[in-house]
Amino acid sequence: MKVKYTPYTQLAEAWMQPGPFAKFTRTCVLWQIVKFAAYNLKIIKVVAKGH
Amino acid sequence: MAKVVVLGSGFAGQTAALNLRKSLGKDHEVVVVTPNKKFGYVPSWVWVGVGRMDVSETQFELAPVYKRMGIGYVNGLARAVHPDDNYVMVDLLEGGEEKVEYDYLINATGPKLNYAATEGLGPDHGHTVSICTPNHAAEAGEEYLKMVERMERGEEVKMLIGTGHGMATCQGAAFEYIHNIAFDLEERGLLDRAKITWLSNEQALGDFGVGGMVIGKGGYTVSGKIFAEASFMEKGFGWITGAHVTKVEEGKAHYITIDSAEDQVEEFDFAMLIPAFAGVPIKYINKDGNDITGELCAPNGMLKVDADYTSAAKGFDNWKKEDWPETYQNQTYGNIYAAGISFAPPHPISKPAAAPDGTPIVASPPRTGMAAGIIGHVVALSVADIINGKADKPVHTASMANFGAACVASMGKSMTKGSAAVIAMFPVVPDYERFEYGRDMDATFGDQGLAGHWLKALLHHLFIYKMKGKFGWWLIPD
Ligand SMILES: Cc1cc2nc3c(=O)[nH]c(=O)nc-3n(C[C@H](O)[C@H](O)[C@H](O)COP(=O)(O)OP(=O)(O)OC[C@H]3O[C@@H](n4cnc5c(N)ncnc54)[C@H](O)[C@@H]3O)c2cc1C
Repeated sequence: MKVKYTPYTQLAEAWMQPGPFAKFTRTCVLWQIVKFAAYNLKIIKVVAKGH
Repeated sequence: MAKVVVLGSGFAGQTAALNLRKSLGKDHEVVVVTPNKKFGYVPSWVWVGVGRMDVSETQFELAPVYKRMGIGYVNGLARAVHPDDNYVMVDLLEGGEEKVEYDYLINATGPKLNYAATEGLGPDHGHTVSICTPNHAAEAGEEYLKMVERMERGEEVKMLIGTGHGMATCQGAAFEYIHNIAFDLEERGLLDRAKITWLSNEQALGDFGVGGMVIGKGGYTVSGKIFAEASFMEKGFGWITGAHVTKVEEGKAHYITIDSAEDQVEEFDFAMLIPAFAGVPIKYINKDGNDITGELCAPNGMLKVDADYTSAAKGFDNWKKEDWPETYQNQTYGNIYAAGISFAPPHPISKPAAAPDGTPIVASPPRTGMAAGIIGHVVALSVADIINGKADKPVHTASMANFGAACVASMGKSMTKGSAAVIAMFPVVPDYERFEYGRDMDATFGDQGLAGHWLKALLHHLFIYKMKGKFGWWLIPD
């Protein structure tokens, strides 16, 4: 669905529309495998800090 | 020989029971009292609520697990605790009652879903659906699919998602639900037939009851509000924040806000609004037969522990990390503990506000599955150490001001196109004395993408495995 930019609306004030490349990276399997590893490391860090 | 009774079999209760069994010799007894026949993996009920997962995939039978682990199982609802005489009266599900004696008691009974606090709220006596119990989530899924049918027929449908009370918590679950609805509708090519609105008690999007958060992104330090709003903007949701729902009627939610005590109305065809949470209605009766629940529990019925309950009155600017409990031991009865949602927090984490008529509006502090697990774990270790003669008081601690939280918020269930926001923060309760932004920026982050969904899917299987107490379960972190 394409959200229309209408100035001075709630949506316009929160505007941060991802471009095609940003959208591509969100589901690009290779890039997401890297992210998956990074998330796990970050979460291990958070868990470790609490112990 | 000692007997530890755990009330409840959610994340906190199950984690406590498994860890007690692991730490105590066979001559000591561990007994779980729960009205449930099945464990329910709550985070996946979001997917049940959009018809993308069968509720049975989120559950497993408790009896075989307890039998294998050597944990006693009383299938009933704790009705009254007699702390001077160390026993609990339980209403058994099969009928009748049982007196369950204990040496140590861990109350892990989670929340009472307080629909009654908002007229017309909830699936049983009201006009909104819920994803807070397995049956409700399954019903929500059916109702949602009816909306899909209407949209397929060309109708426009108004959906309202968020919180149904000014003091509600668990905004994260509603956030997941609104995004899962949008994802599902987008996949069906129906998103433009839905007008989806968020209605919540948070002062701003992204507050989540933890006072919001700041994350590092692309070399900038950015408010999480910006990302929460952007995620709503991308799907075309409208949002109303700082709201207390006063009443729900068929197709109409009445609310007031921090800015206005005038009655405002949002119409809907389908609404899922999280209720306020209270403590479950267990009575505490002393040796004289007097009801001392009011002394042991906060006004909302949650059990008081080693928090500083005088701190609430000092006001937001004077709240400190020391206000938060560490051992979860009740200060009147040292052999009673509360774990998970059932402990009474000293005050909110987010800054309290009120409508012009004085109605309080503040997102209450969340105690996520991870927090519930961590607390259940430390309470179990403390009790086990005392029983094993290694300590004479609880020595294992876990304050929400000293541990972090990792939250994977689903934004769409699909292994190839799905998404989730991966949010981590340390600590949960911001500490502005120690950290410039209240949290350690090295262990606080947020991101969104397909890998988040993989993580969410992995956690589903990992935690069900752990909660079954299968081989090596203790290697999986809380
Ligand atoms: C839809 C949804 C999605 C969520 N998603 C996430 C997520 O992604 N990540 C996350 O970390 N958290 C999530 N949460 C929050 C998380 O589920 C809770 O924090 C967690 O379940 C709290 O655990 P608990 O053991 O304290 O309470 P509960 O899980 O509520 O368990 C309470 C137990 O006590 C039992 N009980 C109640 N009354 C009695 C009684 N009188 N006697 C005996 N037993 C009793 C109940 O039957 C139950 O077994 C979500 C919540 C919801 C509603």
